[in-house]
Amino acid sequence: MTRIAYLPLGQRLAHLFEPLTRQLVRLPPVRWLLTQISRLGFSGKGLVISVPYIWLLLFFLIPFVIVLKISFAEQIVAQPPYTSLVNWADEKFLTLKLNIANYLFIVRDNLYWKAYLNSVKVAAISTLLCLLIGYPMAYGIARTSPAWRNVLLLLVILPFWTSFLLRVYAWIGILKNNGVINNILMGLGIIDSPIVMMQTPFAVYVGIVYSYLPFMVMPLYATLEKMDLTLLEAAYDLGCRPFKAFLKITLPLSIPGIIAGCMLVFIPAVGEFVIPELLGGPNSLMIGKVLWDEFFANRAWPVASAVAIAILMLLVVPIMIFQRYQAKDAEAAR
Amino acid sequence: MKQKRSWFLPACLVAGFAFLYVPILSLIIFSFNASKLVTVWGGFSTKWYGALLGNRQILDAAWLSVRIAAMNATLAVILGTMVALVLTRLGPFRGRALLSGMATAPLVMPEVITGLSMLLLFVSLEQWFGWPQGRGITTIVIAHATFSLAYVAVIVQSRLTQLDESIEEAALDLGAKPAKVFFVITLPIIAPALISGWLLAFTLSLDDLVIASFTSGPGSTTLPMVIFSKVRLGVSPEINALATILIVVVAIAVVIAGYFMKRQESLRQRDIQRAIAANE
Repeated sequence: MTRIAYLPLGQRLAHLFEPLTRQLVRLPPVRWLLTQISRLGFSGKGLVISVPYIWLLLFFLIPFVIVLKISFAEQIVAQPPYTSLVNWADEKFLTLKLNIANYLFIVRDNLYWKAYLNSVKVAAISTLLCLLIGYPMAYGIARTSPAWRNVLLLLVILPFWTSFLLRVYAWIGILKNNGVINNILMGLGIIDSPIVMMQTPFAVYVGIVYSYLPFMVMPLYATLEKMDLTLLEAAYDLGCRPFKAFLKITLPLSIPGIIAGCMLVFIPAVGEFVIPELLGGPNSLMIGKVLWDEFFANRAWPVASAVAIAILMLLVVPIMIFQRYQAKDAEAAR
Repeated sequence: MKQKRSWFLPACLVAGFAFLYVPILSLIIFSFNASKLVTVWGGFSTKWYGALLGNRQILDAAWLSVRIAAMNATLAVILGTMVALVLTRLGPFRGRALLSGMATAPLVMPEVITGLSMLLLFVSLEQWFGWPQGRGITTIVIAHATFSLAYVAVIVQSRLTQLDESIEEAALDLGAKPAKVFFVITLPIIAPALISGWLLAFTLSLDDLVIASFTSGPGSTTLPMVIFSKVRLGVSPEINALATILIVVVAIAVVIAGYFMKRQESLRQRDIQRAIAANE
């Protein structure tokens, strides 16, 4: 899962180390070292551009080209288990063989369609649930006193510094047949036999909403906190009712936060693997888990690559919306 | 403006935070359960902590994960700082948009896709150049650094945009070489962002299951991979004990950090007050 909700905390954390580093750079050995490095006299600009550029080209962009390539290969029993696309025919002609069987396979097989559509459905509903739960929370935090605000904000992000895997695991203990919820309900005599919650779509929704809620709260809080409250004051003075003022002023002004939050939940939720694997059952198949199983259980690398390309096609538009939002945000910060 | 006090927002906050924290509390409570059934209370016991400390598989994996996380964080800070510098200081150049796109896309890329593409790259590289031979610590570190550097770049970038560029320009005008300006002026000022970026990259790597599963080889099983294989088979009280230790460490660190943040904020406020008073 992506943990972009961390970033505001990371920036906040930076201030914390200010006094420490201020002392650190005054130490004679550190100063000596920095001066020595700066004297090495390498040409800065070319190096600073080319090193990260080459790294990202090699380890981020080229891998996608390879995924695309292998999605057109045939599966064979070999190491690595796929054919190469370009071959020498009669030692003279270079032949390119594109094999679309993997795509036909995932389009024709019901399992993939179901998993694909189910992922979109689960991600969309989870995003909506996160918005419904996260909006009042973000609003509540933004409107408390500044001292409380920081504490509450820290409480939203705190779970993130503990392991994601362990937080999903916690829900197994709560939801299973002899888990916390069923034990309490049966102890109180409300139900006689346990309610089956594990390995159902319900458990997957709970897991995703739980894990991704902070991604929704952080950007919403950021826009709601910046809002000019005198606008609301003016509306109230002119006799507007609070609910109407909310609909007419607060909600439209918080749209950038809503979009950012929704993208941050929807995009990673579509490809989620851990949550459906641990909490879901056979009825809650998601495309990320299908990719994992194709790769690890079936060793069908070409099919797994075709599934990856299919997920990317689905996410291109949301990712571009998110990128545009990020760029605008960076401009605004300047 | 004083808004009308209603019960709605406080109730939402209480319910929301209960939702976030009840699972974590249940993890902690049941780590002290004597019964192996985890959620059926069988009396207070700390025996699972003893069992955890005697479990070599978990301890080895934890040590491996810490080493990978530290290497990843160091690499990510170096590369991420370079990206941030290029994007904020070097002005327009051909291919800038591509670099900025490649540096933010890993923030939202689904992990299964990143993991698969990384593995296929390493397999292809091995086929073409004979490197890397097999997969292990090196490949995990490379894969982790590639997505961690994006986080570091964002943090350092925001610090660089806040920084007054005229200090650097003054040094350049006085004849300092760019490298000297960076190491003597810029680096000390952005150092806090580098430390916080390092910590973020460290936790990101320590927590990653999916990408590590794709890029690891035999003999490089990280802690999340061990936890995952245990959790898949059902609940295990040792994992509860491990989770509790982790939560306590993080909570202590955050409380200390919060205390210092608060103290620093009040110091800053005092300085501002003094500066205003001195001007009058």
